[in-house]
Amino acid sequence: MTQRVATAPLPAPKAPGREVDLPQSSWTKARERLAWILVAPSVLVVVLVALYPLFQSFRLSFTNARFGSPRPEVYVGFDNYIRLLQDTVFHAAMQHTITFTVASVAIETVLGVVIALIINSHFTGRGVVRTSMLIPWAIPTVVSSQLWRFMYNQDNGVINDLLVYRLGILDSPVAWIANPTTSLPAIIAVDVWKTTPFMALLLLAGLQVIPGDVYEAATVDGASKWQQFWQITLPLLKPALLVALIFRTLDAFRVFDVVFVMKGTALDTITLAIYARQTMIDQQYLGRGAAASVVIFLCIALLVIIYSRLVRVEET
Amino acid sequence: MHGHDSTSSPVGRLVAQSLTGQLSRRDIMRRGAALGLSAPVIGMILSAQSRGAMAQDATPAADQETGWSIVMPEGLRTDLDGARVRAVLAAAASPDRDWLEVAIQKFNDHTGAAAEFVPGEESATDRLAIYNQQLGAQSPDNDVYQIDVIWPGIMAVHAVDLNQSLADLAALHFPRIVENNTVNGALVGMPWFTDAGLLYYRSDLLEEYGFEEPPLTWSELQEMAQTIQDGESGDNPSFRGFVWQGNAYEGLTCNGLEWQFSNGGGRIVEPDGTVTINNPQAIESFERAASWVGTISPDDVTTYNEPSTLNAFAPGNAAFMRNWPYAYSVTQAPDSPLVGMVGVTQLPMGDGEGAQHAATLGGWQMMVSKYSPNQDAAIEFVKYMCSPELEKAYTIERSHSPTIGSVYDDPEVQELQEFLARLKPVFEGGSVARPSTVTADLYNSASIAYFSRLNQILTGQADAATAVGEIEAELLDIMAELGY
Repeated sequence: MTQRVATAPLPAPKAPGREVDLPQSSWTKARERLAWILVAPSVLVVVLVALYPLFQSFRLSFTNARFGSPRPEVYVGFDNYIRLLQDTVFHAAMQHTITFTVASVAIETVLGVVIALIINSHFTGRGVVRTSMLIPWAIPTVVSSQLWRFMYNQDNGVINDLLVYRLGILDSPVAWIANPTTSLPAIIAVDVWKTTPFMALLLLAGLQVIPGDVYEAATVDGASKWQQFWQITLPLLKPALLVALIFRTLDAFRVFDVVFVMKGTALDTITLAIYARQTMIDQQYLGRGAAASVVIFLCIALLVIIYSRLVRVEET
Repeated sequence: MHGHDSTSSPVGRLVAQSLTGQLSRRDIMRRGAALGLSAPVIGMILSAQSRGAMAQDATPAADQETGWSIVMPEGLRTDLDGARVRAVLAAAASPDRDWLEVAIQKFNDHTGAAAEFVPGEESATDRLAIYNQQLGAQSPDNDVYQIDVIWPGIMAVHAVDLNQSLADLAALHFPRIVENNTVNGALVGMPWFTDAGLLYYRSDLLEEYGFEEPPLTWSELQEMAQTIQDGESGDNPSFRGFVWQGNAYEGLTCNGLEWQFSNGGGRIVEPDGTVTINNPQAIESFERAASWVGTISPDDVTTYNEPSTLNAFAPGNAAFMRNWPYAYSVTQAPDSPLVGMVGVTQLPMGDGEGAQHAATLGGWQMMVSKYSPNQDAAIEFVKYMCSPELEKAYTIERSHSPTIGSVYDDPEVQELQEFLARLKPVFEGGSVARPSTVTADLYNSASIAYFSRLNQILTGQADAATAVGEIEAELLDIMAELGY
């Protein structure tokens, strides 16, 4: 999926004892005015490209608006939201999105830590490994999802060929994507393949700022490698780990492309983003689609609040 | 003399024997598959073998310049004097594009207009989304839109009523398709070419396994498909009896409608607005289709669309296929391994009461946008493209099925497109329309409700009776919103 980097700064903790009530000089006022003038363009851009569409989504979610509908647009209160609560397809979409997010992020984090530790150690050809590791991340998701679709194919796919004919692990070929019990895990596997390198790279950056002398000290004190990992590496890696988790969780929660390319809108894998798109574009229900988008927005807002709390706890 | 003798390897031997005519096409396919050659490679061997023969009996059309068969219709205006007509027709990469550009050039030369080809999106769903955005914003950018057979209800609010100016031309087209394009008395689109679901079969395999005729009923098809699959899968483990479109998308609505209508199970929503989906014959037809998955059809069939279906059939990995007419020319292309081995007929029917052959109606129409600043010129363009002359040329050169009955009877069409001409009864009367006119701008919602649940039945996530009950509830909701 596309990696959109959230640049909103985390709220800085208030420095205690610095709030002074001295009368402000005209010089400070002028400076403040200049500051506002300088940030005005950015504020305007944020209002236009972020706040206005968000406000529109909220507004539309309380109407029965439709593309190209001859029926007039009217205010319908919470009807769209009540409908979502009763819609079994929406329930399925919510469930798949949560499963996808939890499973893919958990696996990517564990694998990411392992890989980051490996490529952080010194061995010949480390540069080549670090670069080539990023290949899955560099391929556009639409392309790699289509490739994986071919690989999962029941009759001609390389995965069945390996598991059935070469290794003999399975008795007969499995229709990975068609079978409703394997389709979501198969898609999660593709996401793990694609995004683990990104996770590993973020964590590698975190590992590289840990000074080497703490390990030397630990070795002198007789700590084993295992103890060093749990007592030194992991605690010091925690800030980087949290940032990586925020990126990945928010991204995974909005998952669209990998699922859409491999399964379209099929009900055994439909996610919230696909549901919202189907409602809004295919069915032209702007109002209902906006309500679904607002629900996604609220879920993500909740996740951001939880994570920023964690970060703040980290900082104090 | 050579370090490597081509006849020393099995593949080399196969190529050599093919080229010297020692092997039949069937032997080549069999042995090629046994050697693990991929379909394109086998296709290359076959085409190398048949190139000599093909060159001799190639149709005259093959050597002609694009647009050679276009005859200017009479009665077109010649005073259009640079009037702009932007027509959204085929996709950018469509094989029809060259022909369309030539046809547009001839129109411009004759009428003085400045018509131009505007490429549309490849996927119909995406295209509808873009049309909705453009027309919803009342954009005057494009004047003529090619629209799908299921869109007149959705597009009606944006369309010029062609009955005002082109009623005479509409009278030449198949009444069933004109009716499908008529919303509240207004002619939203002029029929351009039509499509219908067809059954493709391997005539060589039917003969080999002792079947004299293609199947008339679904039970016969199941039996034949099973027999042939059992016989072939020894040599070719990926060989399947029957492939069709089971993915959760519009194509499954087409397949599903054929199953239920051919089993006397109605047409989902009847033209008078009654929701009839929940009936035993429809449920029985869905249960039968679900029983194909993993038996005569691959498990993967529930993710198949038209191209993936063709990917199974065209290299010779399936005995039967449900597809649209375009698939025929693909299987008969010079590099296809199936030249002369494919038969086409109407889809089978059920055994119960009211059973009949059914083919879902497809095809494209031309609509003039209400927001076009050059409506007169745009209407003239539609009059030209949908005329008998142009439909005939499009049929001959691009093998599309025309919407005008007399074109099928034309001697030139009968000679050059014998396959289409023979299927005139299917296109004219044997096809069943999806309930798009009655569900109007909510058709997509109706179709999504239908194909999503149908896909669940096929993949075993839901039993047919429960899922059909859910479809019914959603359809009743939709019809209520429409005021029924």
